[in-house]
Amino acid sequence: MPPPKTYLCLMQPHDLLCPRPEGLYSPAGDFFVDPVRPVARALVTHGHADHARAGHGAVLATRQTLDIMALRYGEGFAGTVQAAGYGERIDLGGVRVSFHPAGHVLGSAQIAVEANGLRIVASGDYKRAADPTCAAFEPVACDVFITEATFALPVFVHPPAADETARLIASLAQFPERTHIVGAYALGKAQRVIRLMREAGHDAPIRIHGALEKLCAYYETQGVTLGPLVPATLDGKARATAEDGVVVGPPAAFADRWSRRFADPLTVFASGWMRVRQRARQRGVELPLIVSDHADWPELTATIRETGAAEVWVTHGREEALVRWCELNGIRARPLHLVGYEDEAE
Amino acid sequence: MRRFSELLDRLVLTPSRNGKLKLMADYFATAPDPDRGLALAALTGGLDFPAVKPAMLRALATERLDPVLFAYSYDYVGDLAETVSLVWPAPPGAQAGPPPALSEVVERMRRASRADAPATVAGLLDRLDASARFALIKLATGGLRIGVSARLAKQALAHFGAVAVTEIEELWHGLEPPYDALFAWLEGRAAKPESAAPALFRPVMLANPVAEGDLEKLSPADYRAEWKWDGIRVQAVCEDGVARLYSRTGDDISAAFPDVAGAMDFDAVIDGELLVGGPDSGTGTFSELQQRLNRKTVSRKLVERHPAFVRCYDLLREGASDTRALPFAERRARLAALVGTLDPRRFDLSPLIAFDDWAALEALRRQPPHPVIEGIMLKRADSAYVPGRPKGPWFKWKRDPFTVDAVLMYAQRGHGRRSSFYSDYTFGVWTGPQTAPELVPVGKAYFGFTDEELRRIDKYVRDNTVERYGPVRAVRAGPGHGLVLEVAFEGLARSTRHKSGVAMRFPRIARLRWDKPAIEADRLDTLTAMIEARERQARTAETDA
Repeated sequence: MPPPKTYLCLMQPHDLLCPRPEGLYSPAGDFFVDPVRPVARALVTHGHADHARAGHGAVLATRQTLDIMALRYGEGFAGTVQAAGYGERIDLGGVRVSFHPAGHVLGSAQIAVEANGLRIVASGDYKRAADPTCAAFEPVACDVFITEATFALPVFVHPPAADETARLIASLAQFPERTHIVGAYALGKAQRVIRLMREAGHDAPIRIHGALEKLCAYYETQGVTLGPLVPATLDGKARATAEDGVVVGPPAAFADRWSRRFADPLTVFASGWMRVRQRARQRGVELPLIVSDHADWPELTATIRETGAAEVWVTHGREEALVRWCELNGIRARPLHLVGYEDEAE
Repeated sequence: MRRFSELLDRLVLTPSRNGKLKLMADYFATAPDPDRGLALAALTGGLDFPAVKPAMLRALATERLDPVLFAYSYDYVGDLAETVSLVWPAPPGAQAGPPPALSEVVERMRRASRADAPATVAGLLDRLDASARFALIKLATGGLRIGVSARLAKQALAHFGAVAVTEIEELWHGLEPPYDALFAWLEGRAAKPESAAPALFRPVMLANPVAEGDLEKLSPADYRAEWKWDGIRVQAVCEDGVARLYSRTGDDISAAFPDVAGAMDFDAVIDGELLVGGPDSGTGTFSELQQRLNRKTVSRKLVERHPAFVRCYDLLREGASDTRALPFAERRARLAALVGTLDPRRFDLSPLIAFDDWAALEALRRQPPHPVIEGIMLKRADSAYVPGRPKGPWFKWKRDPFTVDAVLMYAQRGHGRRSSFYSDYTFGVWTGPQTAPELVPVGKAYFGFTDEELRRIDKYVRDNTVERYGPVRAVRAGPGHGLVLEVAFEGLARSTRHKSGVAMRFPRIARLRWDKPAIEADRLDTLTAMIEARERQARTAETDA
């Protein structure tokens, strides 16, 4: 759809969406996008905990995001829920709302809100690189584009994920006696890393931390085949052999005593932060894999151009650099200063 | 270049020595010539590109990227080489060509003049990925700083070729990058290279520590004793008019010690201790010596303030004859005669200590006559000079370490086997008025405890955390609460870099004092008094001498 012309529109952007302490709020439609506190009506972009919280009156999200929230918080995580299909238009008090793939994790969506010829797209978290575990990002033309800024510095350029996976496979061959403990966030990153290993020809069972079990099983039901997965620990004991030397689990578990049970562990971390060596060093990571579910600098800047937005709002991350880039390129931009999102997490 | 940059990336992040050895040995086994030889040169500090400077790289980067965005990036990354390597944009327009091999990179940078260096480096950066750009910048600006010593690289080479590292060290200074002949020999394709170059390094002989019960089995009459001086072990080599001063690992340190090198006018190989001061003016402490270490060159002022000299221990060659197979007593007699002919400001003879039995020597060990003595060396009178650390002929018998009771203040997570355990401890002693004492950090130690003790301290740290800074935790420590650590150390020096004003040498945990109240730990005054006492002893020892 072509971008609506805006010079005649009656609505100001801040009437359609504006920052509030709870999150982005639509005065026109009386709803929040990704609120960080319980509200009456919430639209949720994706299932990561800082965006999807329990306790709202009503939640509108994609079917997969709703399923993931139910897995994490239990069935009663909200008063009522409503599923939105990608591209489906839903009317909320005169504001037209639609969800579009964001390419971040399974079920993730950008949310377009539109009224009186003005369209704002809240992209949530997104990436442009290919990901076999979720639908690819679709650019949506808009007047105002709200972008994340997790990796908004020119230093962040994510290499092809397949190349990074190849380095993990090579290390397994070079250090077969060491347990490769791969830190990857439980929703999205872990399944993507496992899937990438399968595509690289690693057929052996992969051991997973308990925190991943439900989500991996859910991904399987959604058609993302992950191959044989086995619990990382049985009866509290761990084994490490050449055949099953990989353990995937959430990064937090690795900083703790949990990882001590493995034979001579080699710490691997799959994250966009691994682009910076000091980050890897600080965490004691021996094999950093630059695999990210967020857009890198070239993707962020290319996406802003593609949306054709005349104005950009920048949130959670390194806002100042992206605002600077917009200024240099003649695009109006401002930081939103939303609080409560984990700009360091990935 | 890709293989080399991958190697650097892995080495930077691999904490364990064995892991590093394996990474390097695998690289040597699989990388092509001449790249692997140049990589070896880079790892051992043998490459230098004077035309490339760090400021030039920054200027190159800001030509291609908005300076404000560059500044944001540099603030975030915190390392210039890494920032430039990460923000370097893909070349405009067409591909700049296939990535160059390490050998091409080295060749181009070597040929570059000051004037064309920027264009040369920019052209190379355009053809490399981020990891290889980082490797190039590290190569270009010297000092890889990746936690690999020249010795460790040679050790890896020894693993790769299944030879003793001493064989490689002995050859080393006759060889040039890219070390074709060396690799050919290590792969069994050619004979061992002839050590044709003059003034080569000879691998040194080392001593084992005296262990419990060792001495009872030995006869005092079989051994000679001398002081173990607290400097650095060196080898002074003069052959065919070439004079070189080597460290104990075979690094040529002549340029940093022109005062010693300039006085080497003999035809022999001498093993000794490098010290500062002078045989007449007195022997300086290790911290004074330290000001002259790890420098490529040295100012005249520094040479005048801390002149260096060699206290001679042994003789490995004299004229044309290799003396290493002779008994120690005979080498020693020849050494004494030779040292008598040398410049007395630069060379003196390490005196022998007369003793009748171990008890007498033990008494001397406990009360050495000079503060720069760190113990006693025992050498069998009939021992040959054998490279490495053979068990039996030589012993070192160190003075007991100093100890102090300190309070645990911060703990940091360890690496490798200890990753996720809080195993690196910063400890402090009391300062300020008795009524309102405060802890000031005086050092950091990460060994000296058993695995069981580590588990207990780790639990203590987790249970008593008051603040977290990344991998570091601040531990509750005050007059009424805290864990007292008995810390052993080898020496103390004044330091302007530490808030406490003192720096410890080789601190480690001697005992955990779970029983001791924190307020009863030592005060900073105790440490400064120790330094003052040593300084007084040094002055007295010199006046008596």
